[in-house]
Amino acid sequence: MGIELDVKSFDNALKILSKKYKIFAPVRLKGKGSFSDTDLVTYGEISSYKDIELSEKSRYSPKEVIYPITQTLFYFTEDEYKEPEIDDKGIIVFLRPCDANSYLKLDNIFLKNGPYEDNYYKRLRDKVKFFVIECTKGFSTCFCVSTGSNKFLDYDVFFRFDNDKITCDVKNDEFSYAFSGKEVEFTPEFIEKNEIEVKLPDIDKISQNLEYVFNHELWDEYTKRCIACGRCTVSCPTCSCFSMQDIFYKDNPKCGERRRVWASCMVDGFTDVAGGHSYRQKYGERMRFKVMHKIYDYKKRFGTTMCVGCGRCDDVCPEYISFIKIVSKVTDAVDRGESK
Amino acid sequence: MTNVYMPRKAEIVSIIPQTDIDYTFRLKSDILPQHGQFLQVSIPKIGEAPISISDYTDEYIELTIRKVGTVTDAIHELKPGDFLFIRGPYGHGFPVEDFKNKNVVIAAGGTGLAPVKSIINRYNRNPKEIKNLNILVGFKSPKDILFEDEIKKWKEKFDVLLTVDNGDETWTGNTGLITKFIPDLKIENPDDTIVIVVGPPMMMKFTCLEFLKRGIPEKNIWVSFERKMSCSIGKCGHCKINETYVCLEGPVFNYTKSKQLLD
Repeated sequence: MGIELDVKSFDNALKILSKKYKIFAPVRLKGKGSFSDTDLVTYGEISSYKDIELSEKSRYSPKEVIYPITQTLFYFTEDEYKEPEIDDKGIIVFLRPCDANSYLKLDNIFLKNGPYEDNYYKRLRDKVKFFVIECTKGFSTCFCVSTGSNKFLDYDVFFRFDNDKITCDVKNDEFSYAFSGKEVEFTPEFIEKNEIEVKLPDIDKISQNLEYVFNHELWDEYTKRCIACGRCTVSCPTCSCFSMQDIFYKDNPKCGERRRVWASCMVDGFTDVAGGHSYRQKYGERMRFKVMHKIYDYKKRFGTTMCVGCGRCDDVCPEYISFIKIVSKVTDAVDRGESK
Repeated sequence: MTNVYMPRKAEIVSIIPQTDIDYTFRLKSDILPQHGQFLQVSIPKIGEAPISISDYTDEYIELTIRKVGTVTDAIHELKPGDFLFIRGPYGHGFPVEDFKNKNVVIAAGGTGLAPVKSIINRYNRNPKEIKNLNILVGFKSPKDILFEDEIKKWKEKFDVLLTVDNGDETWTGNTGLITKFIPDLKIENPDDTIVIVVGPPMMMKFTCLEFLKRGIPEKNIWVSFERKMSCSIGKCGHCKINETYVCLEGPVFNYTKSKQLLD
């Protein structure tokens, strides 16, 4: 069963929930786009229905809600390490199924990889409640069906936004108090077919032909075309690499911070070791490293494809490089290589 | 919740200069690492860097640190009585239990000697643990030689071949890359010989190939990788090669695995 809401009762629910939760959703920031007179659609805190931007895909993903671009790990005073406090509020995120699935991909890295859970990630992640936005059409660069991330059933509340008519399915009883309205029949729907379909490569076939795939000429094109700006990795909801950074305050050098900041395997310096050596100097090699992580080696390690098919990397590339196209080329090369 | 990035304070008890730019820092610590494991070493407000443990007892650990960047420059300014901040040890070391009663050959290039020094000293203390030990060490030039005193001690018990890429007017020892000496190395039973190779990437690659030519089985060769690491616990992504995280599954790898780590 679902509950039908009008804008007023939806806003009222947000008001009630905001006492205990910070509420995030895609928002439109007027004039903040890369180009003159363009807007930026990104994630931000909201307080009412009109704040939510549903007509366009957000350029940045909701990952920064639980994994900030810059996150202070310690404050230093002299030689003391002090962990920053966080507020008591929970976190509600309005997101589409692909982005909800991306949180599960991040979980694999931050919570399951290696012997320890990342405490900074976990303390934010544990607060998250999924308010999933129904998405049945997607956008022109979406391919979530191909990556198997078009569905997300483990939601707390599911929403259908049909202009100003809102229907929701409250799965988590802890939110029942906030939503009141007429009960209606409601079955959440998910997108079943994108405009773009991509065949992912068979990872066993890649494993058997690893050198062939790694040294394939298809990567050379990206040495020429890619400019190593890292936009694809910044916009990607599943990219999770970071670098440590220590700073001191200019007006009091005895105090400072250790932070982690997002890092990108596409950008210079990612592999630099002491003494000047680095790996993957060619941009094509970096492209191979990134693409293989998204569709091959992450799956080998965790059993699920990393890429969620949101298509943001294709949206933001200044060189119009298409990840979708690269994946197709890899699949093609693997299939052809194997039949040889 | 345990903070996995929280380091602990460790006092510097002594500093032993090895070369102009390589110092060994002895820290008060009861960490008992595996041979070949590493630590994240930091100075608040300056930064953190992964450093291999070059030796240890139950009272101290040693880190041999080359002055090559922001963090290591600052570490070199420290004096005995000052503190470093450490977390770890991390990664997997050399499986020395499997090396018992074997012939062992250790080939190290430059600072690559640091992560294997504790193994050599282990055998120096207990020579009966293995059949025999052959040590090959190479440095760029005579002034880059590390652990000179210890190398002298090793020579009393083991076959040690010390070489420099380029000698100077006073140098009377061997010159040339380590690879030059492998064809003439005495290897009695390749199947019963363990080879450890640590050094710069190119040195490791070609040294391993030379040992393979001598009939050493791939599974008997062990290497240690150096990679950039920010976390050392499988999160930051810098050290990943395919599905392998050097900080978690390495830095020590068997050759059968390391040869598949395409990058």
